[in-house]
Amino acid sequence: MVDFNPGLIMVLGGLLVPLLSSSVRRVVLLALPIAGLTYVISLQVGTTVTADFMGYTLEVLRVDKLTLLWGYVFHIAAFLGVLYAIHEDDPVQAAMAQIYMGSAVAAVFAGDLITLFIFWELTAISSVFLIWASGTERSFHAGMRYLVVQIGSGVLLLAGAVIIFAETGSIHFGHIGVETFGGKLVLVAFGIKCAFPLLHNWLQDAYPEATVSGTVILSAFTTKLAVYALARGFAGTEFLIYIGATMTAFPIFFAVIENNLRRVLAYSLNNQLGFMVVGIGVGTELAINGAAGHAFAHIIYKALLFMTMGAVLMRTGTINGSDLGGLYKTMPWTTGFCIIGAASISSFPLMSGFVTKSMILTALGVEGYWFIWAILLFASAGVFHHSGIKIPYFAFFAHDSGMRPKEAPFNMRFSMGIAAFLCIAVGVYPAPLYAILPFDVDYIPYSPAHVITQLQLLMFSALAFTFLMLTGLYPPELKSTNLDTDWFYRRLAPKFFLSITTTIQRVNQRGRRILVGTFDTIIRLLDRYSSMQVVFIWINSASTMVFCALVLLCFFLILFLTSI
Amino acid sequence: MSKNSNDASHWLDDKRNVKKIVWALVIVCSGLLIAEGFYDKHPHFAIEYVYGFYAIYGFVMCVGLVLVAKWIRKILMRSEDYYDG
Repeated sequence: MVDFNPGLIMVLGGLLVPLLSSSVRRVVLLALPIAGLTYVISLQVGTTVTADFMGYTLEVLRVDKLTLLWGYVFHIAAFLGVLYAIHEDDPVQAAMAQIYMGSAVAAVFAGDLITLFIFWELTAISSVFLIWASGTERSFHAGMRYLVVQIGSGVLLLAGAVIIFAETGSIHFGHIGVETFGGKLVLVAFGIKCAFPLLHNWLQDAYPEATVSGTVILSAFTTKLAVYALARGFAGTEFLIYIGATMTAFPIFFAVIENNLRRVLAYSLNNQLGFMVVGIGVGTELAINGAAGHAFAHIIYKALLFMTMGAVLMRTGTINGSDLGGLYKTMPWTTGFCIIGAASISSFPLMSGFVTKSMILTALGVEGYWFIWAILLFASAGVFHHSGIKIPYFAFFAHDSGMRPKEAPFNMRFSMGIAAFLCIAVGVYPAPLYAILPFDVDYIPYSPAHVITQLQLLMFSALAFTFLMLTGLYPPELKSTNLDTDWFYRRLAPKFFLSITTTIQRVNQRGRRILVGTFDTIIRLLDRYSSMQVVFIWINSASTMVFCALVLLCFFLILFLTSI
Repeated sequence: MSKNSNDASHWLDDKRNVKKIVWALVIVCSGLLIAEGFYDKHPHFAIEYVYGFYAIYGFVMCVGLVLVAKWIRKILMRSEDYYDG
């Protein structure tokens, strides 16, 4: 059998989805990720498939340990997302989700920059439907902004690929580096999708506006595809360490004051990406293993957290921390799953985040980046503070909102249950995950020092939260919008353009007035010296003209006669 | 979703139980500080030799985080429909 890109299973399958009856559709939707995962498991490391296209040799399939890791976890996330949404009856959204997830997988298995570009853009176009499916005006505008940014990332990628081809004669997607201009463009393209600082805000803007299940699916693929691409093209680029460290730290301040709990999760998603980017920047085997492993763990616990908040949104109609509270009484399963997701993202020992994130921190220690290490330690405490405590606390505990919503539907709980199980399984028994990491693992997560120091960091953070709550210093959840970089294109730019157009209008009006005034003055001047007109008026009459002509004729006649 | 007056009472509804959780947290924290004396340290950075470094750092940085975030709110917070108008 000729091997092919496994992403095509979900992309092509997704195209068929709208044609199927609702019961068949549900079976197919669940079967596609399973078929994809089965196929990925059967792929051999080292397999490549090439195809000629318009004179270029495209590497449509490349299999190595890095692609396989992403292949596994993307299919797991796809299955969880589909299962979570299986009760919904929205064939367009379901089809677009499959195409989106499939194109993310296909982009990972792409071995050249053109194939990567094609599926890079396909993820952008298909995923926007998960935002638009909310059907609100707000989601429509957020989707448009999201689409512009995502397509823009693709355009930069293509421009970079063209320049790289012109310089090297190859479109192979290997290590790129930032030395060339083409490489810099590609880095910015990846950086946009990876939500680098100042390029990040599409994430917090768009994800909270997507549907209940849409956000769960979105959270897994776009940004982690970018992490994969960075690991492939820019491993060991020191500049990324500082970018990543900034990403871990600044979103947590926003997360503390944000009221929309799905937006809080979007900020902590940004913060977790920072850990991976730092790992990629350090670039040692331990650091890359840490980044890749953390991407695996993160995809699952982040999806789990978004699933629990999706369930809350679906059952109560709101996701604002200021409106929620006390839901544990009627949604105990969702509460429990949320706490497991929160413990994982906080890297509690025996949870998935602990066995992966600690590799990145250890890699920083080995390489001696003390300042970056201190920032990441602060960010670790911070993420526990806002994701680990704030999310479950304000949604399920805090003050009783009086709401007594029903527990989430069975399929949602089932999906959350699998994700929660995986969070614990990876944390308790990390060996299978370590076995599929890109490099051989020589790392022991469960040393007494690791466990005790991590627990000290977390429990004293919890103590700080308790202290701030009891003293009333903790800022209350308030209905609000917090300004972020989207202010520049949602407020400043429109205002700027508005002022330009009003200026043009004013100049135009004044110019016309001056011009009209000038003509007016000229006419008035002419009028004043109208005595001059007498000459012209005198000449103007027909008889005078005839008289003049006769005089001239006589004059020439006399001249003629005298000259003979 | 309506408020049910016949709610079964929950363990957490009792303020005394919330207090118990706070005390449990304090005891766990104290235990973790004591535990630090019972294993060999192999740190990468000198500051990790400071007894209770992770505990102090976690507490101080979290309080700092929240206080700074509160201050940021003064600059960045707008009404909920800020962009809708």
